[in-house]
Amino acid sequence: MSQGLEIRWHGRGGQGAKTAALLLADVAFKTGANVQGFPEYGPERMGAPITAYNRISRDRIRVHSNIYTPDLVVVVDETLLHSVDVTAGLKEDGAIIVNTPRTATEIAGLLNGYKGRVYTVDARRISVDTLGKNFPNSPMLAAAVAVSRVMDKESFIREMRTSYEHKFSKKPEVIEGNMKALTMTFEELEPYLKQA
Amino acid sequence: MPKKDRMSGNEAVAYAIKQVNPDVMPAFPITPSTEIPQLVSTYIANGQMDTEFIPVESEHSSMSATIGAEAAGARSLTATSSCGLALMWEELLLAASNRMPCVLALVNRTLSGPININCDHSDSMGARDTGWIQIYAEDNQEAYDNFIQAYPIAEDKNVHLPVMICQDGFITSHAVQNIELLDDDTVKDFVGTYEPEEYLLNPGKPVSVGPYSISNYAMEAKKNQEIAMENSKEVILRVADAFERVSGRRYGLFEEYRTEDADHIMLIMGSAAGTAKQACDDLRDKGMKVGVLKLRVFRPFPAAEIAKALSGCKSVAIMDRCECYNGNGGPLSMEVCSALYKNKVLIKAVSYMYGLAGRDFTVENVYEIFNELDASVKNDTEPEQYRYIGLRSQGVPG
Repeated sequence: MSQGLEIRWHGRGGQGAKTAALLLADVAFKTGANVQGFPEYGPERMGAPITAYNRISRDRIRVHSNIYTPDLVVVVDETLLHSVDVTAGLKEDGAIIVNTPRTATEIAGLLNGYKGRVYTVDARRISVDTLGKNFPNSPMLAAAVAVSRVMDKESFIREMRTSYEHKFSKKPEVIEGNMKALTMTFEELEPYLKQA
Repeated sequence: MPKKDRMSGNEAVAYAIKQVNPDVMPAFPITPSTEIPQLVSTYIANGQMDTEFIPVESEHSSMSATIGAEAAGARSLTATSSCGLALMWEELLLAASNRMPCVLALVNRTLSGPININCDHSDSMGARDTGWIQIYAEDNQEAYDNFIQAYPIAEDKNVHLPVMICQDGFITSHAVQNIELLDDDTVKDFVGTYEPEEYLLNPGKPVSVGPYSISNYAMEAKKNQEIAMENSKEVILRVADAFERVSGRRYGLFEEYRTEDADHIMLIMGSAAGTAKQACDDLRDKGMKVGVLKLRVFRPFPAAEIAKALSGCKSVAIMDRCECYNGNGGPLSMEVCSALYKNKVLIKAVSYMYGLAGRDFTVENVYEIFNELDASVKNDTEPEQYRYIGLRSQGVPG
């Protein structure tokens, strides 16, 4: 059995990397895929580095270990680049997405010589523009879907609206902002994805 | 119609509890417990089930209240994890010896120290001799399916014993995966209505529960409890057959995966069995004849059945996710070795310790163990017994 697509998320406690991984499992499930979404628990405190994982496959997923050779790495907090080896085991034909206002070329120099594709998303700006606050996980989730192509943009947007309506049933005012964050991320990434 | 969904192991068991809708659930709903009591209390608050939820001040009380409710004639359960189970110790024994068919949804997490919250089997393995039936799950689906089978096993008149439904902490409990859910009516029909034969709130037939028993009779009570545990094996299989008819999913005392012609077998429990099966397929592709025996039912211990299942292979790796500090291997390894000897199956049996306090267990670890077994059989050497897998000095993953 092929392991399908394996994704590793790096974030800091409180930024929503775990939630993003679980939401990705949720939307991928709706495309009919077999999914796994799980966090690795360390010291549970705000700001501590955390890791979360996704496996997405056509076949039933039986492996229950962490992911050491991911196809995609998503870095929700760029300050982690100085303390965590985020490209460890990342496949050369894979990709990494970093939340930063800097360009992919600038970030590539900080990735221990990683040769694969590098994308950057200014999730803080997108989030502040659309939600008025810094919640980087929605833009990073959209970026993960755009780069991995686990599903097309239209079905992703449709399924996410359903998910948000469920998740934010008690605060519906944040739904539109989150939806806008998703589409804005797709639009900003599209020119770079076409180049790849 | 069964429904395809995705859920964490905690959500899956909470959903099963909602469908079974037992009468009483006392629980201590904060750390070290899991989301299970919280999710169940939400279902109750939303009017989706009518179980009486009793938030108690400790696990000592939650198990006491579970026993009290069960003795009164109510179908009862609780849920806990790790040191929460340890705090129930005294009552675990009382639940079993008073023959209370209650259920405990356990999320397996390590006991201190060092202080750690992650998965291993030290909590339930510590409780292995308390008289509870113990059933382990590989994933969220099995945790859900096992919970639905729990009451029909516990309440069978030839059993009357409490059942512990175990799933791996975090690895299963907090991981979202695909699952197939039965519809509510199927679950209700399968579990049936609880009709206790003897209970405290029955003025027509007074009974006493938990009285002092003098030496003239106490040993007979213990023997009866032991007979009930032996009886439960056949009941567990009968309930599994009935469950297969409603779900299409087959369960037994253990699962034999590609063992029919295997030279080497890994005997393992819980989520790591899935990883072992994947590694087994990879090695089979390379021509190695290996298999996995996944133990589902640890209590009652299927000693003769395991010995028979291993009788055709050359070597077995017995995988313990619990250190019991006897200087001689983990609890699973001790019991399997005893089963092999008594049944005169004298194959090479090697004890391994893995995954303590959440240490990751990978397909590469499984390759390493099978290669070691293969070399020891080919070269007729004795591999190191009771070896720790994935220790930092031997190279930690990640």
